Amino acid sequence: MSGAQMAARAARQAVIPSASGRDRTFAWIFRAMMYAAVGLAMLALVTLLYDVASDGLPKLSTDFVTRFPSRILPERAGIQSAIVGTFYLMIICTVIVVPLGIATAIYLEEYADRDKWWNRLVEINIQNLAAVPSVVYGILGLAFIVRGPISLGRTLLAGGITLSLLVLPVVIIVAREAIRAVPPSIREGSLALGATQWQTIWKQVLPGSIAGIATGVILALSRAIGETAPLLVIGAAVNPRFNPDGLGSAFTALPIQIFAWTQDPNRDFVALAAAAILVMMVALLLMNSVAIFLRNRYEQKW
Amino acid sequence: MPERVTEPERQSPAQRAVEQRNQAAVDEAAAAKPAKRPTDREVIFDVNDVQVHYGDKKAIRDVTFDLHRNEITALIGPSGCGKSTFIRCLNRMNDLIPSARVDGEVIYHGENLYAGDIDPVQVRKRIGMVFQKPNPFPKSIYDNIAFGPRVMGMKGDMDEIVEGALKRGALWDEVKDRLKTNAFGMSGGQQQRLCIARSLATSPDVLLMDEPCSALDPISTGRIEDLMMELKENYSIVIVTHNMQQAARVSDMTAFFTVELNNEGRDRTGAVVEYGATDQIFTNPGDKRTEDYVTGKFG
Amino acid sequence: MGRRTSLVRRPTARSRGENAIRALLFGAALVSVATTVAIVFSLIRETIAFFGDVGFAEYLFGTRWTPQLNEAQQSFGVLPLIWGTLYLTGIGLIVAIPIGLLSGVYLSEFAPRRVRKVIKPVLEVLAGVPTIVFGYFALTFFTPEVLRDALGVGVNQFNALSAGIILGILVTPTIATLTEDAMSAVPGSLREGSAGLGANKVQTAIRVVFPAALSGVVAALVLGASRAVGETVIILIAGGQTANLGLNPTESYQSMAAFIAATSRGDIPTGSIEYETIFVVGMTLFVLTLVLNIISIRLVRRYRQVYE
Repeated sequence: MSGAQMAARAARQAVIPSASGRDRTFAWIFRAMMYAAVGLAMLALVTLLYDVASDGLPKLSTDFVTRFPSRILPERAGIQSAIVGTFYLMIICTVIVVPLGIATAIYLEEYADRDKWWNRLVEINIQNLAAVPSVVYGILGLAFIVRGPISLGRTLLAGGITLSLLVLPVVIIVAREAIRAVPPSIREGSLALGATQWQTIWKQVLPGSIAGIATGVILALSRAIGETAPLLVIGAAVNPRFNPDGLGSAFTALPIQIFAWTQDPNRDFVALAAAAILVMMVALLLMNSVAIFLRNRYEQKW
Repeated sequence: MPERVTEPERQSPAQRAVEQRNQAAVDEAAAAKPAKRPTDREVIFDVNDVQVHYGDKKAIRDVTFDLHRNEITALIGPSGCGKSTFIRCLNRMNDLIPSARVDGEVIYHGENLYAGDIDPVQVRKRIGMVFQKPNPFPKSIYDNIAFGPRVMGMKGDMDEIVEGALKRGALWDEVKDRLKTNAFGMSGGQQQRLCIARSLATSPDVLLMDEPCSALDPISTGRIEDLMMELKENYSIVIVTHNMQQAARVSDMTAFFTVELNNEGRDRTGAVVEYGATDQIFTNPGDKRTEDYVTGKFG
Repeated sequence: MGRRTSLVRRPTARSRGENAIRALLFGAALVSVATTVAIVFSLIRETIAFFGDVGFAEYLFGTRWTPQLNEAQQSFGVLPLIWGTLYLTGIGLIVAIPIGLLSGVYLSEFAPRRVRKVIKPVLEVLAGVPTIVFGYFALTFFTPEVLRDALGVGVNQFNALSAGIILGILVTPTIATLTEDAMSAVPGSLREGSAGLGANKVQTAIRVVFPAALSGVVAALVLGASRAVGETVIILIAGGQTANLGLNPTESYQSMAAFIAATSRGDIPTGSIEYETIFVVGMTLFVLTLVLNIISIRLVRRYRQVYE
């Protein structure tokens, strides 16, 4: 550097000094730490997916999906009963959770007077329920629904009800948010035209929030698909060689089958667990894609 | 009644200019309207001793006056003086606020709207309302207009009803080819005219307008004011406005509200100071507070 | 005009219908209350039965948990289960807190839009992976390949290190996204003020934005901890079924939730002591997560109040 340049640089430093070395070093270290953290998170996901895929892909076949599980021969084992069980459980969940969840959300958003203590209690209660561990819902199912007052036994319906109770608080919360997104001016406009409160809800609020509600319901149900603990506690069947033939039938589900195979000493069965995981993840991916599609296409922008 | 305060008679050039402008507007308005004889006019709202509380705060007190048929009545006054609160009493919209309590009488065609057996839903079918910010529904123009009649169970050809409402709202020519498009695609001024047409579709006889032009540009404002003058033939209109020139331009009668401060300024209660023919309010107000407001000395 | 005024009378059929609808909706809302009542009732009933057989002091302060042994040698001290839960959660949080916090800060303050578009979906996918998949991963890959082969750590097949670390990965997306939310909620005016005083981005993020978002961040951590505490399957599969009060992470441990799921496989006889253990441990777990929850809700309310 020439003498003139050095002099210019010194002059500039006197007016606007450069950042101190210590500050710069610390900033650099911090940034490195952040990149490392994010990198680790992504690495974890990639490793996970890679492991499951490499173990499971070789075992995937149409036979795998159509056969029933076997305790002895991994080559002859399949997940038909698990897929069918999961499918029926989802239907039961939807039937229970959609009306109940939307109705509760409508009540809390449109009718409940916040000043009344019982309404506040309902709200707090739902927030707590959303964070109760899923295994406790399993205990509820065992004590109340499988045995106890309702005594349904270890049946498909009992499993469906238990999962519904698990997922209901989430659906309520999501539906409330969708309903709350409808601006008050729409309600005022409707009421000022002489509509009743229910007419306003049914014809203005619900249509305006249905996309958000549907998205949330689908996402909540996709959570329910992967739940293992509650089904374990209430006693889902393991390796059944039949599909459930009614609400009162014994049943299994994909997570249960995966759970059983993962712990099998035979490595071939363990690989089947990975294949079943892949099937489950595909189902989840489908559901999430539908949810995102619905949201992007039909969401009401106010 | 608070004491009148005499002010020193000193005006800045700016104040004088404002006063002259207002005077010109008022003179013009007075010249354009034929004088009405008191006996011509049928009373549609007989308001007696109306008080409104929000919780234990008194929002407006002792409102008593008559509103007449086929006239435009303007409610003016500084912000926070209870004009919107009052106009919402006329169609029971204050019922929507849990802490609101309305005392007194609002007698509409001989019936007190606040009697125990009156259904507010039915009230709102007879008395329409347009809000400050246009609030069209996220539906087609057609479905926006048709909503009121459908909810009422109105019999008749819906296409005709929609067309009629849009024509009365001076919007038909602009939208007749796109009735099925979404109302959200309209401009702000069009949306507000849509809201007006929408309230006309249920054939009310009164239209309440709460600062309908304050969110709009001057051209849209002008169109809506023209529309109001047309609508006056068949409807009675009550309009809240903070724009005095607008009140002077369109209204026949004007009520001036003010804010009273009590309890060392912690409580604000609205009250009517003066109510009378618009030209009189603006050219020769009876109360000094009215005069101060319309000449721009405060507010 | 006078002839239409009769319409103003109240039509009772309409308002009766409206009242019926309101009652119906309130009934739906009561289902959630009924759920809580049922949970609490079933837990309490069996817990009381349990304490008829086992002393309170033995449960709370005993250090051996061996309900599966025969009656002479059975021991019902819950401390190993509580310790197992806390120990595994602790290991998980050691992993999840740094990764989650740093990721959250990065997403909120530093990440360019293109990068965010990649990372956020990754976190969302990670958050949506069912826990059984994590359990599989821990047992079949992490323990043998990573811990034993790659890192040469001599762990049992079921060990706390594997279960804890994978538990941490489970909880990381929760902490990351909630931290990001908390920090994004801090108004931009604070960042501008800091920049205007000559702070660089890292200093602004650490010294201004992070402290402003602190209660939201702590709420995120508490929520993450609550999820870890309640997690069952990962620990059941990879952590083992031995209630352990030690400190050696290469050994197997059991958490409260894992114990419940391991014991209750559907055919356990009602009224037996094992049956009752499910409930008393369930009650302990329920109370613990309830407390964590209340703390987190209070914190969230506090940080919302500041900025809304």
